[in-house]
Amino acid sequence: MATRKIVLHFPPSIVNKPLIYKLTKEYDIEFNILKASISPEEEGLLVLELNGETTKLNNAIKFLEKENIKIQSLDQDIIHNLEKCTHCGLCVPICPTFAFEKNPVTHEINFIKEKCIACEFCVKVCPYDALTVNFAV
Amino acid sequence: MAKSIQEINEKIKKRKAVVVTAEEMIEIVREKGESQAAKEVDVVTTGTFGPMCSSGAYINIGHSKPKIKIGGGKVYLNSVETYPGFAAVDIYIGATALPPDDPRNKIYPGEFRYGGGHVIEDFVSGKDIVLTANAYGTDCYPRKELKTYINIKDVNEAVLFNPRNAYQNYNVAVNLSDKIIYTYMGTLKPRLGNANYCSAGQLSPLLKDPHYKTIGIGTRIFLGGGVGYVAWWGTQHNPGVKRAVNGTPLSPAGTLAVIGDLKQMSSNWLKGTSMLGYGVTLTVGIGIPIPVLNEEIAYYTAIKDEDIYTQIVDYSKAYPEGIPEIIGSVNYAQLRSGKIKIDGKEVPTGALSSYAKAREIATILKDWIQSGKFLLTEYVEKLPSSDSEYKFKPLNLREI
Ligand code: SF4
Ligand code: SF4
Repeated sequence: MATRKIVLHFPPSIVNKPLIYKLTKEYDIEFNILKASISPEEEGLLVLELNGETTKLNNAIKFLEKENIKIQSLDQDIIHNLEKCTHCGLCVPICPTFAFEKNPVTHEINFIKEKCIACEFCVKVCPYDALTVNFAV
Repeated sequence: MAKSIQEINEKIKKRKAVVVTAEEMIEIVREKGESQAAKEVDVVTTGTFGPMCSSGAYINIGHSKPKIKIGGGKVYLNSVETYPGFAAVDIYIGATALPPDDPRNKIYPGEFRYGGGHVIEDFVSGKDIVLTANAYGTDCYPRKELKTYINIKDVNEAVLFNPRNAYQNYNVAVNLSDKIIYTYMGTLKPRLGNANYCSAGQLSPLLKDPHYKTIGIGTRIFLGGGVGYVAWWGTQHNPGVKRAVNGTPLSPAGTLAVIGDLKQMSSNWLKGTSMLGYGVTLTVGIGIPIPVLNEEIAYYTAIKDEDIYTQIVDYSKAYPEGIPEIIGSVNYAQLRSGKIKIDGKEVPTGALSSYAKAREIATILKDWIQSGKFLLTEYVEKLPSSDSEYKFKPLNLREI
């Protein structure tokens, strides 16, 4: 048995397909939903912890990729570069998991890594290139 | 008991002036009242550090051998377009300029990783910049092409000149539509997903002198880490908007045009800025000292975030279509708390202007004045004020 954490990005067009159901039914995978944000107009986001046999896991991921879902492994890390950060706070409200917090006294922005699911939304939003993706292999 | 700027400058020279930041002034007035504060405090320093698109720098690159006249030609700095429509070797690089091959929003939303704002940041930090130029050639300026590095320490003049900065208050941007939008106020999530604001509030220069009683043309300021001046009122200066009883405007109002020697400035306070789906801009640090000449000025410099209100505007429809519709009004204490209520819904707030950096600028300026190296100026001309007829007009579209 193996465990993998992955982030799925759905295009709006396939939000209504019963894909996750197939994972259990056809690939014998157990899963935990760590985070889900799905609505018909926007890109859906699902963070899953998958448990299953390694071959079955790999097949399941291949199946999802065929369905046009962008898969991201959660081994990616977001790095908050304090040299570049201006502590503007633009990233604070856009993070789906509230991984940025403003210190009420210093008004500086702290990044709480444990909360981050590496969706990369903030990476593009930060105007000063202070948030980057570190790919751990 | 009124003071004059001259008297304050005498004290500064003797290092006896009492200088406090706008945040400290709020506490002093809370404790002792305006009249005592006016007696004790000589200068209040302010600060702001936010993206300001109407920014740029002009540079005289010096003459090459043989000479070229780039006026009327094309000039690029690190592949970013500049404006060379002046004489032989003067160029202006604007904050929002892009390389011609940037995909813009063709790949939506565009990332705008490098543009005029970044060129200014790199140039001011002392990096070599690639200059390429094409011109048509004349008898006196025969050269037609130029490709070279330029460096800030070698050029003749390098001057930051921003037609509009230091907005006196600004909108809170929200998105009422069902899809995400990308604006100069940041990424706005659908259905009131977030509310973005852009003002240093109680630290912001023009909010601490709401009727422009001390800040005017000629005022010496902190600009981008160096010394600069208020050159004129800024473009879109709009002093006549509705104001609260304390004098602060309830919507975007006054602006400043500022100028200063880029060679003195630092990339800590001039930052190239990429707004997703919108473009490139420059984040500029500005700090302005306010001489506490009397009780009235003491009162203005102590206005708090709780007492500065601004308007909430829908950037999915009202703003782009120019509909003067306002969703509500909030103060900066509410905005800075991290969430506000709009129509009963709790909405998380985000800022474009860094309060932490605004505070740092006000503190640096305070140090400069306390150490006697920065003297205050009397303005040479007043800015158009709220009782003037000066107005911000829309474009009147006419059939041709
Ligand atoms: S958006 Fe970027 S610069 Fe602003 S607080 Fe977040 S990480 Fe820092
Ligand atoms: S990548 Fe950024 S936006 Fe996404 S969860 Fe992590 S911190 Fe939040």
